[in-house]
Amino acid sequence: MTQTAKKYEVVIGIEVHAQLLTKSKMFCSCSKDYYDSEPNTHVCPVCLGMPGVMPVINQQAVEYTVMTGLALNCDIPERAKFDRKNYPYPDLMKGYQISQYDLPLCKDGWLEVDLDGETKRIGVTRVHLEEDTARSTHKAGEGGEGYSLIDVNRSGVPLMEIVSEPDVRSGKEARLYVTKLQQILRYLGVSNANLDEGNMRCEPNVSLRPVGQEAFGSKVELKNLASFKAVENAVQFEIERQTKLLEAGEPVAWETRGWRDDEGITVRQRGKELAEDYRYFPEPDLPPLTISRAYVEDLRSKLPELPDAARARFTNNYGLTPYEANLLTATRARSKFLEEVVAEDAGEKMLARAKATSHWMLGDFARLLNASNLEIEGSKVRPADLRALILLIEEGTISNTGAKHVFEQMFESGKAPGDIVAEEGLTQISAADELGGIIEKVIASNEKPVADYKSGKEEALKFLVGQVMRGTRGRAKPDLVHELLKEQLS
Amino acid sequence: MADELHRLTAHEARKLLSNREVSSVELTQAVLDRIAAVDDRLGAYLTVSDELALAQAADADTSLSNGGGGLLTGVPVSVKDNMCTKGIRTTCGSRMLETFVPPYDGHVISRLRDAGAVLIGKTNMDEFAMGSSVEHSAFKPTHNPWALDRVPGGSSGGSAAAIAADEAIIALGSDTGGSIRQPASLCGVVGLKPTYGRVSRYGLVAFGSSLDQIGPITKDVRDCALMLNVISGHDERDATSVEMDVPDFTEALTGDIKGLRVGVVDEYLPDDLDAGVRGVAEAALAELESLGASIERGVSLPNTKYALACYYIIAPSEASANLARYDGVKYGYSYQDGDSMWANMDGTRQHGFGDEVKRRIMLGTYTLSTGYYDAYYLKALKVRTLIRQEFDEAFERFDVLFGLVSPTPAFRLGEKTDDPFEMYLSDVFTLPTNIAGIPGMSLPAGFVEQDGQLLPVGIQLLAKPFDEASILRTAYAYEQATSWHTERPPG
Repeated sequence: MTQTAKKYEVVIGIEVHAQLLTKSKMFCSCSKDYYDSEPNTHVCPVCLGMPGVMPVINQQAVEYTVMTGLALNCDIPERAKFDRKNYPYPDLMKGYQISQYDLPLCKDGWLEVDLDGETKRIGVTRVHLEEDTARSTHKAGEGGEGYSLIDVNRSGVPLMEIVSEPDVRSGKEARLYVTKLQQILRYLGVSNANLDEGNMRCEPNVSLRPVGQEAFGSKVELKNLASFKAVENAVQFEIERQTKLLEAGEPVAWETRGWRDDEGITVRQRGKELAEDYRYFPEPDLPPLTISRAYVEDLRSKLPELPDAARARFTNNYGLTPYEANLLTATRARSKFLEEVVAEDAGEKMLARAKATSHWMLGDFARLLNASNLEIEGSKVRPADLRALILLIEEGTISNTGAKHVFEQMFESGKAPGDIVAEEGLTQISAADELGGIIEKVIASNEKPVADYKSGKEEALKFLVGQVMRGTRGRAKPDLVHELLKEQLS
Repeated sequence: MADELHRLTAHEARKLLSNREVSSVELTQAVLDRIAAVDDRLGAYLTVSDELALAQAADADTSLSNGGGGLLTGVPVSVKDNMCTKGIRTTCGSRMLETFVPPYDGHVISRLRDAGAVLIGKTNMDEFAMGSSVEHSAFKPTHNPWALDRVPGGSSGGSAAAIAADEAIIALGSDTGGSIRQPASLCGVVGLKPTYGRVSRYGLVAFGSSLDQIGPITKDVRDCALMLNVISGHDERDATSVEMDVPDFTEALTGDIKGLRVGVVDEYLPDDLDAGVRGVAEAALAELESLGASIERGVSLPNTKYALACYYIIAPSEASANLARYDGVKYGYSYQDGDSMWANMDGTRQHGFGDEVKRRIMLGTYTLSTGYYDAYYLKALKVRTLIRQEFDEAFERFDVLFGLVSPTPAFRLGEKTDDPFEMYLSDVFTLPTNIAGIPGMSLPAGFVEQDGQLLPVGIQLLAKPFDEASILRTAYAYEQATSWHTERPPG
């Protein structure tokens, strides 16, 4: 790879399609929420492409696209229009797709990714609006004959296309770019942006050229990328595949290749040598759009906080490390969670509690969420509960060890930590006489560690503290146990 | 009286219905009887929805008895077969849609229902409105009621013939390059193409989306105003329908055109015109002058000579996309004998479309292709702007522009079918109107005699965008002073 890096430059541009979270479809009033619906239940003459129907622009979709453009630092030109993109396919109801050709809603923007501690800026060529197609499912009948089913529910769902500049140089950068894009779309609330559900689709174009050469090499478009890992792996595989071809003096075919996640390879789907002519022309059924400056400024003023700003705020205001801030602002739900835990606090107290919240969120909480395949917003633990738990620890009512147990109960049942502590009698033992019996027992049954300690091995004391803690099911205050043991053994 | 009911205009019928002198059922039956008597030889209808019509008529009678009613309550209406009618097949004159029954009503159909009209049937047309004679109907020709061996004009020839032969009281057509006005002229009836955007196209099977417009085909000018009242106005389902107040068009029917500025367009009265046809135009101008209009001759719209080329790029380009949905997968004709999905799609188009439709799809596909787009489509859009500007300038000086609708009266069936270009030329005076989006009317203004046959000739009146009122005002004054609109074809 290092050789490659010297000899060839990797050039990657990425097209991302994201379905928008509007109520209705792009050009009709059908609900666009088809995900759990029976096939062909969210349809009307318009999205079926019946003779005589006409499109009406979904203003919410325009707003979401302009918001995305603003979040991606794009220019929003005053004039935009829709065009017809002509190509025949049975899942394209009208035989053309209403898209935007030369006057997109947004153009010339950028986003930044954190690449090994360095900030890398990746250009965004354009963001435009179009309609999704119906979905084809290819099947085989009893006799093995192939047939296809078409579900028109997806036809006409608002689809935003975000096209990057060819600024991406590796699989990792591709992953970072798509991850960041997803994060921004979710912060804006304009798309669910799930790669695995297909409401966000990512198609990188990968090509290689000898270092110093200006002309681009043949590009290969990658499809079927259902996860961030797939994005990175597919691009990396493709870079290596093309490198080998070039090294062997063989040409790289201009084609579309699909990623096979289980095999970790890309395979040719179709060639692009015969470039399709989409015969774009202005959509005569939709007058051109005039995007007023007042409208743009109004949307700009209403933009929510974006991930970069949130991350900066988490390091500056809460004293968290960039690493913590990055993870805690990965989703709006996560950052909100922390904010709510410490909402009533200020000063040193807030810093301490933010840190404690961060530990929980990135530690046990994250572990439990992962194990049960949940996002934070799906958990039973509410910010007020975590706050209460942190306060119980601060007050010394429970130990850290005890708190872990309590948190697991909270996660399981959604009960408030105070109730769990009361029910299970987990209040921390802080009176020395209450601990006396257990300490005597531990000393009596652990001759070897006791002897080790007495002979100067400080390590052994830790073991004995642990034994006492176990004996109290974590209810003892570790500092006190430590002190009492020392006293007893001196 | 009863055997003459079918001859009524809509406004006459509406009055009789209101006064309960006739019932809608009687009137509807009279029209159905007339269709039964003459349509075998005229071929104006593709579908007659008689049962539904009589049921609607009975409902209308109930409503009228209760003192209710809209502008057209109880009045039988015929509609060109490219407007979607829920539950009634809409063929567009094509094999492709021979069995297509729309699940929805187009906007104008909803408006007609709201106004209480009785839908009597769907009229014949050139396939997908591509043609000037109805000879491109996939099903049958329509004959001109004035001379059965001649065409009625097209593409709305079915509606025009039906009105001329009293097979309908009032009708709708659609006009992409003259498809209302040219058949109105050839059949001797009133036909108006409203301003682009005046009437919603929702439910009109698209041909050239930036040119198509629905309009009235009627027996007189008052009916034209009445129908325009019914169908005009913004519809949120058509983004190109304009949001502006719609006047009561019958208020334009004052009979007074004193001081009206009329410009006579040279290009619509060329030197090589048939003497008889020119005579009709000259007589009409004299009449308008005598009514007090100020007539200025010699107005030139030089870009008219580019209109035909411009039109035959824009309309087929749009059509090539509009007709791409007919692939046999979802509705209509579906070829099933191919060995693959693609072969079936090809077969569907090969057998489902007629020659003229295929010709225009190919033209449009070509003019939109990479490498040709700039030279054809983009150039045509520029010419379009020039033609618009030319009209804008003319309308600074004139209230109404005057010309002929078609260079010739009705031609013989089969006369031009072998030469598409000859056929295209019959719309040479009407195309610029669609390109510019302005309103235009064909008004009966006399007859010429050819081979012993008396053939109607229409004059064309144009006005600036959304000024249909000036056209109606002019036409009404002229009609009051003449009797051409009362002439009926033999039989």
